[in-house]
Amino acid sequence: MCLAIPARITKLCDDSMAVADVGGVGRTISLALVDDVAEGDYVIVHVGYALSRLDPEEAEKTLKLFAEMNEAGAREMAAKADLPRRSVAKAGA
Amino acid sequence: MTAKRFERPLDLKNGRIDMTHGSGGRAMAQLIDQLFANAFDNPALAEGNDQARLDAPAGRLAFSTDSFVISPLFFPGGDIGSLAVHGTVNDVAMSGAKPLWLSAGFILEEGFPLSDLKRIIDSMAEAARKCGVSIVTGDTKVVEKGKADGLFISTAGIGVIPSGINLSAKHVQAGDAILISGPLGDHGVAVMAKRENLTFEEEILSDSAPLHDLVAKMIASGTDLHALRDPTRGGLATTLNEIAQSAGVGMRLEEQSIPVRPSVRSVCEILGLDPLYVANEGRLIAFCAGKDAEKLLKSMRAHKHGAEASIIGKVVEDPRAFVEMQTTLGGQRMVDWLTGEQLPRIC
Amino acid sequence: MKYIEEFRDRALAENLAATISKEVQPGRTYRFMEFCGGHTHAIYRFGLPDLLPPEVQMIHGPGCPVCVLPMARIDAAIQLAQMPDVILCSYGDMLRVPGGKRMSLLKAKAHGADVRMVTSPHDAVVLAKETPHKQIIFFAIGFETTTPPTAVVVKQARVWNLKNFSVFCNHVLTPPALQWLLESSANAADGVPPLDGFVGPSHVSAVIGTHPYEIAATRYGKPVVIAGFEPLDVMQSILMLIRQVNAGRAEVENEYTRAVSREGNVKAQELMRDIFELRDTFEWRGLGFIPNSALRLREAYADFDAERRFTLAPSEAKENPACQCPAILRGAKVPTDCKLFGKTCTPENPIGSCMVSSEGGCAAWYSYGRQRKTA
Repeated sequence: MCLAIPARITKLCDDSMAVADVGGVGRTISLALVDDVAEGDYVIVHVGYALSRLDPEEAEKTLKLFAEMNEAGAREMAAKADLPRRSVAKAGA
Repeated sequence: MTAKRFERPLDLKNGRIDMTHGSGGRAMAQLIDQLFANAFDNPALAEGNDQARLDAPAGRLAFSTDSFVISPLFFPGGDIGSLAVHGTVNDVAMSGAKPLWLSAGFILEEGFPLSDLKRIIDSMAEAARKCGVSIVTGDTKVVEKGKADGLFISTAGIGVIPSGINLSAKHVQAGDAILISGPLGDHGVAVMAKRENLTFEEEILSDSAPLHDLVAKMIASGTDLHALRDPTRGGLATTLNEIAQSAGVGMRLEEQSIPVRPSVRSVCEILGLDPLYVANEGRLIAFCAGKDAEKLLKSMRAHKHGAEASIIGKVVEDPRAFVEMQTTLGGQRMVDWLTGEQLPRIC
Repeated sequence: MKYIEEFRDRALAENLAATISKEVQPGRTYRFMEFCGGHTHAIYRFGLPDLLPPEVQMIHGPGCPVCVLPMARIDAAIQLAQMPDVILCSYGDMLRVPGGKRMSLLKAKAHGADVRMVTSPHDAVVLAKETPHKQIIFFAIGFETTTPPTAVVVKQARVWNLKNFSVFCNHVLTPPALQWLLESSANAADGVPPLDGFVGPSHVSAVIGTHPYEIAATRYGKPVVIAGFEPLDVMQSILMLIRQVNAGRAEVENEYTRAVSREGNVKAQELMRDIFELRDTFEWRGLGFIPNSALRLREAYADFDAERRFTLAPSEAKENPACQCPAILRGAKVPTDCKLFGKTCTPENPIGSCMVSSEGGCAAWYSYGRQRKTA
């Protein structure tokens, strides 16, 4: 419900404003809702406002979690040609 | 016409369109003579008649019409004038035809700066020259302030279809390959990004370009081409759905193979847009017999307007005429018709 | 795009899908609700249902502020837009939503109202500063993600001493809605199997923290996993829920640790408390009246409250009686159970709340997923 996007602060400006970059595209945003943001930091931006800092260490940890190779799972994957198709389920079924 | 007909030259620096420019009198004649005829400069137009008299070419004709109401009038990579020429040329070229002649009708808003008009006319003339087409007839009207967004341009285009070429959505069939000539979304995003005050490391330019030469190369490749269409308003998704419905077939796409520039992707993420629905002005979609896909791709990539061409999917039997896509994650989603206008979203 | 593309990696998705498949207990059904409409959108847009085993059923929750706004409130916004010398600023999401009599802000614009799309409330307050002879009304919608920005601009309007700026406030709160769903699920009055857990919203949680969800675990015994916004986040969160259910645990876990903490954004929370107060009750389209679930401007900021500045006539908008959104939003029914779905009710012509926004359960299913309907 809340489209928000990680952006890198490239420049701090007056009045709690800053320039934030997403994939090479820059936009002026407000830092009125966050404190102690420095150039180079990543923030989550929603409707032109930074809502929180993005923690790069936690991001790395999360990515590692995704990659945890569950051995049995890996074997199962190799055995299957493709993934199971989900059929439409009726409520209460 | 060498005799000096007009007392004073047009004030192209500070002058503005006023109601007399549309009244049919001297002011209008001067506008047409010194601005339009001067720039478009061809024998048919120079005759100064209400119509262009042209020698009928042999073969089948392709005839299209279009209107251009874009705002802003000037955008990164083009303006309403060059867009009008490219758009009309492309509509004609999608039949395989060589475009020959354009008409151009101008609806001008009272108060429109002559300097902007000259810029646009010169841009049109330049685009037409590069395309090898002539703007052979035209019309001018002026409406009161507030009744037109600066300027509207209405065009028609005529071309000749080479014999033996028969491209139509009705020929698209199961087994056909679907190809796109280049990355999606450049035009729509270039225009929208300007409105949203976004800045770029590398500016996104509209992809507005004439494609008739690329089409000629594709035809010359000897592949079994069934249809061509350019995905303008509503983007790739809309065009594919139109064709699927027209031909009574389904389509299956691979998201991985659909080219989108990283900067365009970024803007779409920021604004909550889907690149599949964003307008393009210099791209075409091609349908050919499955067996010829690689050969057609090669011929497209050899041309500057097809350098980033890609095979994006295939046509299948499907009475529902659904366009579906395998996502980058390996799941399936529909690529449905556009609902209303795509607007930036917060949710 | 950093921190986006890595979270959409296919190989990792396949790995997660395999792990989920392995860990579901055969024959057991897991009914999880993703509260947030943005998650609903992501699930369908990436085709996640194809990567999940049939044991996992995702129920689409009401966390879509566009969807849950009653028609009467849209009618009020349209009334405001039609008042003399008013410029109504609205997010794009709201422009096409029909109120009573099938009128929308976009249609009102076609009839002469000055309706402008903004992508930030900042644009509205700046417009007010630049056009002193017009009344600028900002149509504020959204959950706790979108509320702090509105608070910032109200404060800014005070600093600039603007006399021509007001907010039509429709901000709603997540924990009361979640509690309503938990109560509803616990009662299971209509014989519908209860929900087994919740995928919690990403950015609401960045603002409010994870502690408001603890009641789901402690009082109702339901696990909650706060998920990031990307498809891999959603998949990992589903895996974490499955693990909790299998182990008989009910806790609040945080998958979105890169942006969410237990206490959340305290600065934003304080600003919200400064500007807003709770309404006694508020109607949620499809759910009914929920107490203490919405905000209005405090007395101290009353001069920026559009509902106090302007006189609004009550709306007589009524829902279509055949609309099944109330049941769908609770997880009691699926879109295809509704007679109107895909026939009279489509994204072009939305009848109920689940269809009015692209992240409503019905709209998402129709636009992205209806190829799965069995012929």
